[in-house]
Amino acid sequence: MINADEQIIQQPNPPKSPEIKLHENSLSRTMIVVVFASLVVITGYTLMHLDAAGIQLNTAFKELATNLQQMFLQPSAGTDGFMPLLQALAGSVLLSILTTIIGAVFGFFFAVLASKNLTNAYLGAGIRVVMAVVRAIPTIIWALIFSIICGLGTTAAVLGLSFHSVAYLTKAYSESIEGIDKSTIESLKVTGAKFWVVVFQAIWPTIIASFVSWTFIRLEINFANAIAVGAAAGAGGIGYQLFVASGMSFDFHETGLIVYLVIFVTFVLEFIAVKIRQMYLNR
Amino acid sequence: MQSPTNFLKHKGWHQTAIIAIIGGIYVFASWILSFDNLAGFTAIPRAFAWLGVNFKPTSSSMEFLPKIWQKLIQTVLLAISSTVVASAISIFIALLGSKVTGINGTVQTIVRGIASFFRNIPLVAWSMILLFSFKQSDFTGFLALLLLSIGYLIRAFMEIIEDEASETMLALKATGASYFQVIFQAVLPQILPSILSWILYTIENNVRDATLVGILTGTGIGFIFDVYFKSFRYDAAGMTVLAIIIVVIALETISNQIRRVIL
Repeated sequence: MINADEQIIQQPNPPKSPEIKLHENSLSRTMIVVVFASLVVITGYTLMHLDAAGIQLNTAFKELATNLQQMFLQPSAGTDGFMPLLQALAGSVLLSILTTIIGAVFGFFFAVLASKNLTNAYLGAGIRVVMAVVRAIPTIIWALIFSIICGLGTTAAVLGLSFHSVAYLTKAYSESIEGIDKSTIESLKVTGAKFWVVVFQAIWPTIIASFVSWTFIRLEINFANAIAVGAAAGAGGIGYQLFVASGMSFDFHETGLIVYLVIFVTFVLEFIAVKIRQMYLNR
Repeated sequence: MQSPTNFLKHKGWHQTAIIAIIGGIYVFASWILSFDNLAGFTAIPRAFAWLGVNFKPTSSSMEFLPKIWQKLIQTVLLAISSTVVASAISIFIALLGSKVTGINGTVQTIVRGIASFFRNIPLVAWSMILLFSFKQSDFTGFLALLLLSIGYLIRAFMEIIEDEASETMLALKATGASYFQVIFQAVLPQILPSILSWILYTIENNVRDATLVGILTGTGIGFIFDVYFKSFRYDAAGMTVLAIIIVVIALETISNQIRRVIL
């Protein structure tokens, strides 16, 4: 009897709540998962097959620790003396400044010609392709190539560093230029302004802040590259001293001092870059 | 037509002064470095003429192709694996050190210091020190790239976390979620696309840097270029450069496509 009563009472059908999806399936999500998975697989494969050339990792790491201790805790000027090292450092800094100036001037010129909103499509595309190829070749290879024509030394280093700088800055600047509102350029063109007037009246003032940022980023890269070129292409400067100290005379105390000097310079460069950027952003 | 030079005269003393200073620095630097501008710029066409004649891969240089290709693939794999391992390490350090997810001020300062220290030690120094201990093996190249990448990636990841995840962090903390819940459920998933974009950029960079490491430590594509170049087999060296160009541009294109989908 009781059972029958219970059957009479109708249970309300609870409304089905829509399932809450925590993660929306989208192309971008799948892409992220796929790319991450393949990167991890590649890494795993590579680490498995890494050619360690039969070295004892244990002793190698111990040796490394000793060397690092010599480098960072007991830096000294070694046989070269402090002043020659400072001179070499100044040489590398000047080299990086020189090549950054060349890169900025030519880079801006090419960027103006390569930007989609300023010039015709074919010229722009042509310049972009050439710059992509120039950028793809590492700085050190450019320096080695020029060293055959000009001989080992400053000229080859300057040309090698400049080539990569021009290509890099062309891309950076032209991306900034392409970010400019089209109406700014159009309104100047309507007044009958010539091409270079548009460039220097409308483009230049608009991008100057990002121009300065990119140029200083490149200055820091060029300083690192100047050291690399000095070491691997024998172009002189602090990079060459570093190469000799660490690879020929195995004086790790001197290597340590050189590394400290380099770190000091990069800190100073970063500091100047921040200050100048602030100056231009606040104007 | 008003020329750029005329235009600059109207811009007032300030712009002229800046240009004068930069020009002065240029002249001073080329004087100190004894860089002969004229000789330098006339060397460019000569260099390209020389490249056109000597670097052109000939039919006989085809026999080098398998070896170049093998070394190149090896270098790319090394660049990828060092970047992935570096990013796995950096993400934890960045979580500890960022202003949003970090523990306290002291740890943040220490992490920042470590990151900029690693970033600013020149690649040459890393390669040479590691070469001394690890000899001429792939491991040297791997470690050199790893240590440099860690410095760059910690800074990049910290900036990403501070830019993108600070509001999420606050919102989830307000619901009473624990620290690890917030990190794994909100912060990491949110910053994943930007992190991937940075990883791809670092891979490209590492392939280029691997050439330098290779020349110094005798591994990978840099070594093989150096060997061909210094033994005057310029056609093979040209082939190597061509292979590098193709791989770098291919990587750049692939990562641009990936970026277009994920960002």
